[in-house]
Amino acid sequence: MIELKAGNFTLPVMRLLGTDLDGLGEELAAKVEAGAGFFQHAPVVIDLSSLPEDSGEVPFPLLVGLMRGHGMIPVGVRGGNPAQHEAAAAMELAVLADPRRSQSRPRTVPRSVPPAATHTGPGRLLTHPIRSGQRVYARGGDLVVMAAVSSGAEILADGHIHVYAPLRGRALAGVKGDATARIFCRDLQAELVSVAGYYRISENIGADLRGRAVQVFLEGRELRMQTL
Amino acid sequence: MARIIVVTSGKGGVGKTTTSASIAMGLARRGHRTAVIDFDVGLRNLDLVMGCERRVVYDFVNVINQEANLNQALIRDKREDNLFILPASQTRDKEALTKEGVGRVLDELAQSFDYVVCDSPAGIEHGATMAMYYADDAIVVTNPEVSSVRDSDRMLGILASKSRRAERGDEPIREYLLLSRYSPERVARGEMLSVDDVKDILALDLLGVIPESQSVLSASNAGVPVILDEASDAGRAYADLVGRYLGEDLPHRFLEAQKKGLLSRLFGG
Repeated sequence: MIELKAGNFTLPVMRLLGTDLDGLGEELAAKVEAGAGFFQHAPVVIDLSSLPEDSGEVPFPLLVGLMRGHGMIPVGVRGGNPAQHEAAAAMELAVLADPRRSQSRPRTVPRSVPPAATHTGPGRLLTHPIRSGQRVYARGGDLVVMAAVSSGAEILADGHIHVYAPLRGRALAGVKGDATARIFCRDLQAELVSVAGYYRISENIGADLRGRAVQVFLEGRELRMQTL
Repeated sequence: MARIIVVTSGKGGVGKTTTSASIAMGLARRGHRTAVIDFDVGLRNLDLVMGCERRVVYDFVNVINQEANLNQALIRDKREDNLFILPASQTRDKEALTKEGVGRVLDELAQSFDYVVCDSPAGIEHGATMAMYYADDAIVVTNPEVSSVRDSDRMLGILASKSRRAERGDEPIREYLLLSRYSPERVARGEMLSVDDVKDILALDLLGVIPESQSVLSASNAGVPVILDEASDAGRAYADLVGRYLGEDLPHRFLEAQKKGLLSRLFGG
């Protein structure tokens, strides 16, 4: 009856610079007027990361009411601290992952430290076999495996996956929804391959591809598999 | 300091206890002071295979709980002076094995022995993880069939992540593959995975191949480690395997189907 897939959306983000709602109401009205209908029924994410440290509680019930009053649909928050997340969750707002800052990282981290952005650095390299029952996730980048991935093992990456040995387990590239991610392997015997949520199981992988060097990528909404 | 060897597999019934008994006996016969411990608390078997079941007074759990000391619990083998057996408790369960307790017993054994062989229970739960936690070397016993190979693979993953060596970031456990109950005839008929299939899937060094043999069952029932049955293929294969473990370069035997005799050829054996 249903099909679960990862999707990728670009949403307007409203960066909250203070918690003074009176001033906010005026500003919002002006912006919405200038936007000429753009914000009607628009899903909007509230960004808390620029709030000053001492700004106190964010009055989410009032804020959400205000935004709805201007035709916006507040869907979630980004950034902020656990207390703010709790208050947001109480208003049915989702807490969205902040790609620039992991939620657990303390706020004292100096700003000059480069954030763990997607697709930077050499990615994660593994030289030992990935055994049945093991699960490896390359967060924020590519995964390169120089040894066999056993059946019953699972490898995941936000970016590409490269396997220079038999791939017998499951491989999931672009797990955060990056549709440009690909899987490359030297010997395809996988139980499942997936790119950005589009997957194919072993049964639906053609016999002509088994045991071959193959790349898996997304073309439109179709998962394509090609020998290399 | 002793080297601690765990004999493990994940799957049950593949020959862990047979292997533990034969390897321990083989090491002892080559002059190494060896202890073999039954970790299968609640399903004690090693004492039967070693033929010392009527001499068990104290067991491994007694020593862990400090109700007996190690010398009281260790049973000296009647055939081989260098070999001692530490039996499992039959009346307790595996929760009696604590990480501290097992560590203390192994430390004490390591003072006076060259090798300590740990016979792991089947499964990947507490008993099996206790048996492998302190290991330096692991002998992974696998039968040439897919479910056994997959379970061994799972166990190899656990060895690489949950052992003391892994937790401390020391040099990883040395892993060896032992293929048991191998029948070259059935491999030739395509009914069994071949040595190369298994090596390919598990990506491990092959320590030895033990052919399927009637002598294993009769030796077990008689309480004699099969390595002492020098007339049998299985016994000789275990002797080779111990040599290989100790660094000797011995060719693998019993990998090919035996030539059929005239009679079996006539009657389609």
